[in-house]
Amino acid sequence: MSGTTILILALLFWVAAWFANARLSALNPKDDGVKTLVNIAIPMLFGAALLGLWEGVTRGFEVPAVLLPPPSMIWERITNSVPTLWADFQQTYLKAVLSGYAIGCGLGFVTAIVVDRSPFFKAGIMPIGNLVSALPIIGIAPIMVMWFGFDWHSKAAVVVVMVFFPMLVNTVAGLAAAGTMERDLMNTYAASYWQSLFKLRLPAAMPFIFNALKINSTLALIGAIVAEFFGTPIVGMGFRISAEVGRLNIDMVWAEIFVAALAGSLSYGALALFERRITFWHPSNRR
Amino acid sequence: MTTRPRSALVPVLTIVAAIVAIWYGCAVLLNAPFERDQAERLGKETSWSNVLPATMAQDRPVLPAPHQVAQEIWKTTGEMVQKGRPFSKRSLIYHAWVTLSVTLLGFIMGTALGILLAVGIVHSRVLDKSLMPWIITSQTIPILALAPMIIVVLNSVGIQGLFPKAVISTYLSFFPVAVGMVKGLRSPEAMHLDLMKTYSADRSETFWKLRLPASMPFLFTSMKVAIAASLVGAIVGELPTGAVAGLGARLLAGSYYGQTVQIWSALIAAAILAGLLVALVGWVGNRINRRMGAREAMA
Repeated sequence: MSGTTILILALLFWVAAWFANARLSALNPKDDGVKTLVNIAIPMLFGAALLGLWEGVTRGFEVPAVLLPPPSMIWERITNSVPTLWADFQQTYLKAVLSGYAIGCGLGFVTAIVVDRSPFFKAGIMPIGNLVSALPIIGIAPIMVMWFGFDWHSKAAVVVVMVFFPMLVNTVAGLAAAGTMERDLMNTYAASYWQSLFKLRLPAAMPFIFNALKINSTLALIGAIVAEFFGTPIVGMGFRISAEVGRLNIDMVWAEIFVAALAGSLSYGALALFERRITFWHPSNRR
Repeated sequence: MTTRPRSALVPVLTIVAAIVAIWYGCAVLLNAPFERDQAERLGKETSWSNVLPATMAQDRPVLPAPHQVAQEIWKTTGEMVQKGRPFSKRSLIYHAWVTLSVTLLGFIMGTALGILLAVGIVHSRVLDKSLMPWIITSQTIPILALAPMIIVVLNSVGIQGLFPKAVISTYLSFFPVAVGMVKGLRSPEAMHLDLMKTYSADRSETFWKLRLPASMPFLFTSMKVAIAASLVGAIVGELPTGAVAGLGARLLAGSYYGQTVQIWSALIAAAILAGLLVALVGWVGNRINRRMGAREAMA
């Protein structure tokens, strides 16, 4: 097929998808199952149309692959270089991100529980935590690379610092979320500090904690990838991206970004599912 | 946030003092091995009284002491001004300005894009259903990974300078604004919307006279997040350009040459910049909200 045909087909597909979406969103199905199905179908169709348009435009106008490779070419590259992608994924995600994420979130959580016992500390640390959350923490990456070396440990360290403060601030805010009534009730039961912490305040804090976990899952991936721009062994998603950009292998960069996007959305989705299980009582999860 | 009780001042200062103290402690601990090493090599006996001051004044310390960083910042800002060269390439003001201009450009583009998307989403069911899930998914993607590519690709089309870096800032900052604005534009109660209907107001009148004013608190709350994100984008955007100018470039150059004091001063400068920008947006937001009699947004 020539480029122009593909372009025209893509445009037709786009228009058709748009009409289908307009129809679909005008529907108002009574059944819950159908409703979810429609709500998933619409963005899927939109995404497919977008991909089609991308393919059509890049092929139709013969955009050089150095600028923007068509999706089919990226997909080919992904399937051809699974071992490389897997090695990079292992280095960056399984080693740096997961360990840093676990340590950082754990530390933030424990610190929040400790800080929560003293109102003085809490009053002092909350404004600072809020401020630090807005800072470009990613900048500590070169320092961490100097301290912990080129391997994944330095990336994990960056992730630890990045996820610590959102976790701290959100957990402290969450621990204050239980209402006075419920706390009084716990008092009338003569509940000890730990009993009321585990049975009332931590469950009440869960929506906040999950909020932090979700924010952090993205932050952690960003932190690890960007930290690799500052020095790394010759494996890792950030390394591959900056190296392949230098060699103008843009399709490989897109392949790496695809993996990152997949990892990011899957971990986010897993957390969201987990959240729904644990905070089933929360109004936003009720039907 | 702004109506923080004054009693928070003492605890905050205490914590800050504690952090500075811990910093000094760490600086001593981390820098001492180097001093001991040096002494051993020269075959000299050292004691803490020699090592301690030396750890505070190394050229390339593992962790520079706070006053070293402060001195470096003063040397590259205040002193440059006194010498009458505030925008020399060695001045931190120059680099901060480069980063700031990218941040602001990206922030403005991101905010505009976010507001446009939000307006579209609120007014069109199709857009709402097809675009909103993707906007949310887009944030689970580590976008900063795209930074080197955007820079190089735009560079090869002949677009250089501020714009490519600002694109990254735009991407990072449009999301909070879009989500916040959708919430804000939908915040008017059904009663108010009905009232507009009884006035026989059309869509655009409802938008300008009810939805937009009602969304202001939400807009400014999300703009605070957006400008911080925009700064991060600007700093990361400066990395792949080969450390030419800007705070990110200072970080990279510092890490190449092992200039830890320079890294830390760039880092602190970025932190100060972030704090100032967020405070500025918050201040403007407060002024406008108060003028319009709006309440703080419940995010």
